[in-house]
Amino acid sequence: MRENPQVAIVGAGPAGLSAAAVLARCGARVTVYDENDRPGGQLFKQIHKFFGSGHHGAGVRGVELGHQLLAECEAAGVEICLSHTVYGIFPGGRLGVTHAGHSRIVQAEKLLIATGATEKALAFPGWDLPGVMGAGAAQTMVNLNRVLPGRRIIMVGSGNVGFVVGFQLLQAGAHLAAVVEAKPQISGYAVHANKLMRAGVPILTGHTVLEARGGDSVEEVTIGRVDERYRPIPGTEQTIAADTVCLAVGLTPSIELLRMANVGLTHLPPMGGYLPLHSGNLCTTDPDIYVAGDVAGIEEASTAMEEGRLAGTAIAAALGLLEEAEAGRQMEEIRRRAAQLRTGPHGEARGAAKAELERRYAQWQNS
Amino acid sequence: MKTEQRETGLRIRQHPILGEQPQGRQVTIYFDGKPLSAIEGEPIAAALTAAGVRVFRHTAREDHPRGIFCAIGRCTDCAMTVNGVPGVRTCITRVEEGMRVETQHRLGKWGDPHA
Repeated sequence: MRENPQVAIVGAGPAGLSAAAVLARCGARVTVYDENDRPGGQLFKQIHKFFGSGHHGAGVRGVELGHQLLAECEAAGVEICLSHTVYGIFPGGRLGVTHAGHSRIVQAEKLLIATGATEKALAFPGWDLPGVMGAGAAQTMVNLNRVLPGRRIIMVGSGNVGFVVGFQLLQAGAHLAAVVEAKPQISGYAVHANKLMRAGVPILTGHTVLEARGGDSVEEVTIGRVDERYRPIPGTEQTIAADTVCLAVGLTPSIELLRMANVGLTHLPPMGGYLPLHSGNLCTTDPDIYVAGDVAGIEEASTAMEEGRLAGTAIAAALGLLEEAEAGRQMEEIRRRAAQLRTGPHGEARGAAKAELERRYAQWQNS
Repeated sequence: MKTEQRETGLRIRQHPILGEQPQGRQVTIYFDGKPLSAIEGEPIAAALTAAGVRVFRHTAREDHPRGIFCAIGRCTDCAMTVNGVPGVRTCITRVEEGMRVETQHRLGKWGDPHA
């Protein structure tokens, strides 16, 4: 492990690896730290084909994009330190890192925090029973561990995570009893919803999960209709036999290190809650700390990769490794591509949220 | 020691996208003293799930059962006592031959890691 990398990146997911490859190609000494023993973040469990244009990896499965990114990093000379947990962040670009029972402090000129996100939970009676889990947990179990977390599953939430993981559970051989969505309409892409409907899975909008019951683990689940203010409507309850409830109710940025670094945070519900205030080029309120990917607002792996490239280019420019005009041209190009991923009925809200973040950042700069 | 184990059918041997399950070395781990067959290098939580185990620990205050919740090492719901060390996140700790995995009650008890 390098003593003092020029750029230290926390998180070897799509954002961190994309940034690392760009930076290393510009000649920076880059080290990526990740607490997991394998790189790629959550990319290797994404076995579905991505959307977007050819440049965004449309039609390519996440797992293949993961291999491409790793190959890019290797070719560019990025150092990736796995099973290295960054436990602290200190003034002057210093990180506390533990590995195999030993801790040390590393110092870098610039830091990129790309720690991703954590699944949100949903509280209801029985939500703590074994068998209730995050949808991402079920996805990890079937696609990476090749083990079914249960046989009869209820998916809570009709966003793309709920739909994609629901379909992947079917592919793995589980029975998906229903997708339950409190809103009056689905949240995810129709193309994903249609695949589930063709497979005979009921998608119950205007419904919520009321209770999970069982002895030592989930055996049955009661759902019911909700009114326009999301209050359960008495008399509409139905009980479904199920051994697993998957919660696909959103993600929230993993901001622990950023909070420790005392950078400015802001609250933006469409981006998952609290997140670091950042510029259009992903610089936080500390000029030496950048962010990219889900920690900078919940989006998708494809946007995380673009943000990684953008942050990497911005850092390279700040370090003088890239001539300013050239960096500006490249960043404009990346921003244009990222903007393409934030269009359409599902991307617009994310695009508007990112614009709002830039507005708040400018306000902070001028205050 | 030969492990005799009921086939739960929870292992995904054939997958329409991922193909056949990669070959791994079969090893034996001990779950609350009982031998279980597992694949070397898979997370302990996967081996237990494949064997039909769902309760990994009981909580400190209410003694409620807990199992897998996040499966990526963030939530600590799947913590168990492994080789005498309590609080091990079984979803990110990989199986090794002969591992002793115990259901954790409350905060668990330290045992002899070399027993």
